[in-house]
Amino acid sequence: MIALETHDLTVTYRKRPVLYGIDVVIPEGNLIGIVGPNGAGKSTLIKAVMGVVRSTGGWVKVFGKPVKESLKRIGYVPQRESIDWEFPVTVMDVALMGTYGKLGPFRWVGEEQRRRAREALERVGMLPYAKRQIGNLSGGQQQRVFLARALAQDSDLYLMDEPFAGVDAATESAIVELLKELRSQGKTVIVVHHDLQSAREYFDMLLLLNMRLVAFGPTAEVFTTELLQKTYGGRLTILSEMAEKAAREGTGKLHPKNEP
Amino acid sequence: MNMILGAGLSGLSGLTLALIASLALGLASGLLGTFVVLRRESLFGDMLSHAVFPGVVAGFFLSGWLAREGWVENAKNPLVILFCALVAGVLGAMVVTVLGNSTRLKQDARLGVVLSVFFAGGIALFGFGEPAGVQGVLYGQMAAIDATDLRLMLGAAAIVGVAVFLFRRPLLVVSFDEGYAHNLGYPVTWLTLMFSVLLTMAVVVAMQAVGVVLVSAMLITPAATAHLMTDRFPRMMVFSVLFTILASVGGTLLSGSISDFAAGPVIALCATALFVVAYVFAPRHGLAARFWRDRGQRQRIQRENVLKDIYRVLEREGFPAEGVTVGAFEAERRLDREGAERELKMLEHAGALIRRNGGERLVLSEEGWRQAARVVRNHRLWELYLTNEAEYQADHVHDDAEIVEHLLGEEAIQRLEAELGFPKTDPHGSPIPQPSAPPIHTTS
Repeated sequence: MIALETHDLTVTYRKRPVLYGIDVVIPEGNLIGIVGPNGAGKSTLIKAVMGVVRSTGGWVKVFGKPVKESLKRIGYVPQRESIDWEFPVTVMDVALMGTYGKLGPFRWVGEEQRRRAREALERVGMLPYAKRQIGNLSGGQQQRVFLARALAQDSDLYLMDEPFAGVDAATESAIVELLKELRSQGKTVIVVHHDLQSAREYFDMLLLLNMRLVAFGPTAEVFTTELLQKTYGGRLTILSEMAEKAAREGTGKLHPKNEP
Repeated sequence: MNMILGAGLSGLSGLTLALIASLALGLASGLLGTFVVLRRESLFGDMLSHAVFPGVVAGFFLSGWLAREGWVENAKNPLVILFCALVAGVLGAMVVTVLGNSTRLKQDARLGVVLSVFFAGGIALFGFGEPAGVQGVLYGQMAAIDATDLRLMLGAAAIVGVAVFLFRRPLLVVSFDEGYAHNLGYPVTWLTLMFSVLLTMAVVVAMQAVGVVLVSAMLITPAATAHLMTDRFPRMMVFSVLFTILASVGGTLLSGSISDFAAGPVIALCATALFVVAYVFAPRHGLAARFWRDRGQRQRIQRENVLKDIYRVLEREGFPAEGVTVGAFEAERRLDREGAERELKMLEHAGALIRRNGGERLVLSEEGWRQAARVVRNHRLWELYLTNEAEYQADHVHDDAEIVEHLLGEEAIQRLEAELGFPKTDPHGSPIPQPSAPPIHTTS
């Protein structure tokens, strides 16, 4: 079964193309790292899948259906920097949000939801901090809380935006263990990652990204000097210049988008 | 329902009406203010209050015209006014959005442009003649509120209250983490639009009470006060509503007892007074709480430093059972007699020190020994860590350790010890004490 499929996915932000014609088919049950240089559009890819940023072309399917119909099967972990840590919510409150999706907008939070939130916090070792306001936590602890929220959703596909950014070594290895555990349960986990060295170690498959898709495949096959150079080395200057110009002139994409 | 309410309200005194209006104000602006403050949309709220103003003026005209034509009974029909206000508010919000999508202007500039032009438009409408009662929304009319105004306020406040209750979870998530709201399948765009509409209603309510310009005071100040007071979201909403009501009731009564004072500004001042009280006295986040916390911390650090020096003297003299002399202590601390006595009193007060031989001999209590051993251990472990693991030269590490020794928690200590292989001595060769071990010298 295919977990995630994109076709010709294109995103422009402030008249600059960030992602350009991404075609990728990600099979279920793997640990996948999205790797690429700064500004390559790694986070944008995940955000475009979630509908947080609007794509200007192409389409996305999750488990064979449009994303909107598969939302209950997706667990999204946003970047830690996007959060206001002074917000008056506790660790428990955040974990409970993971149960909101299945609860629907109007029903009360009950014992069942609290139990699931507690279990999720337990799994990441944050249950002792349940009553803390989220600002009174270390960076690693904050990241764990957001993982717990995704766990409480009990999803089949996890999309994580830089879960290792600014966390301590202990948390990093705890997160890696958790991701492997999820994989062993048949879940698909897609992680935006910035460290090339550990990427090789952590992930089954790598998606090499630099505005366009450079390569996607088993880590052993795509972690090659040649492909990494293509990803991190010079961008396709003329492509990016022309794509940028097309966006500026309002033509959108160089070639017309294809609907399924 | 409106008729029943209206009939019930018209018999009440001005003061009673004002008190009921305070409840409506609290429910509407207090509740939504919480979201405004947390969403960092304070200036957006200010923009809305000015954008709504021409709508309200137009509503007065329309309502008057409809009344003359016999369509409505009252020349100041609440529904017509609320409707026009909503149109103007949503229009203002839309212009801000459109400017955002089509220009390079930043949010504050967009808000500024829209805010001023809408307000100017509202005032310019007075050129067609000033409708009766419009002064009330310009300057607020808490003291002179009538049953018709109150019906408008109660109706709008009820809508706000019910909507916030029904959509409490989506509104919370979309305010806290918009990206995640997408994941939960919440209609983010619609929620944002609904929030603007509700906010417009709250603005209309607050406008009746304190006037256009001070609306943002009611929207922001009580919610900001509540944010200082608590770390829990539901509690923040409750506090914000209560503070709004308190300020409104207090301001109304106060301005009533002092002649020539308009209610609106006095209410805003009352809200600010509450803010100042919270700024100073709020638990945890208040000035006083922070001061006490820092003071406790400073005292602990000073106590630890003194204990550490006593430990050094003890160590140098081979941990004599009879303790150290005050003279040796003075020399180690580089203090005169008076200064030494002050520090010794502090330690005695904390139960860390026992004085013998007419006060001339200093012996550490068990607790004092533990604290001293802990801080000395922390200091030496940190020096060792810096030299061994971080590869600093031995002469670079002392000053750093002087600070870190007070900050290391037990968990960090355990990690340090494990990483360093449970060392026995520091880089200078001094032994690292074990605070859990019994005191080397005896206090009995």
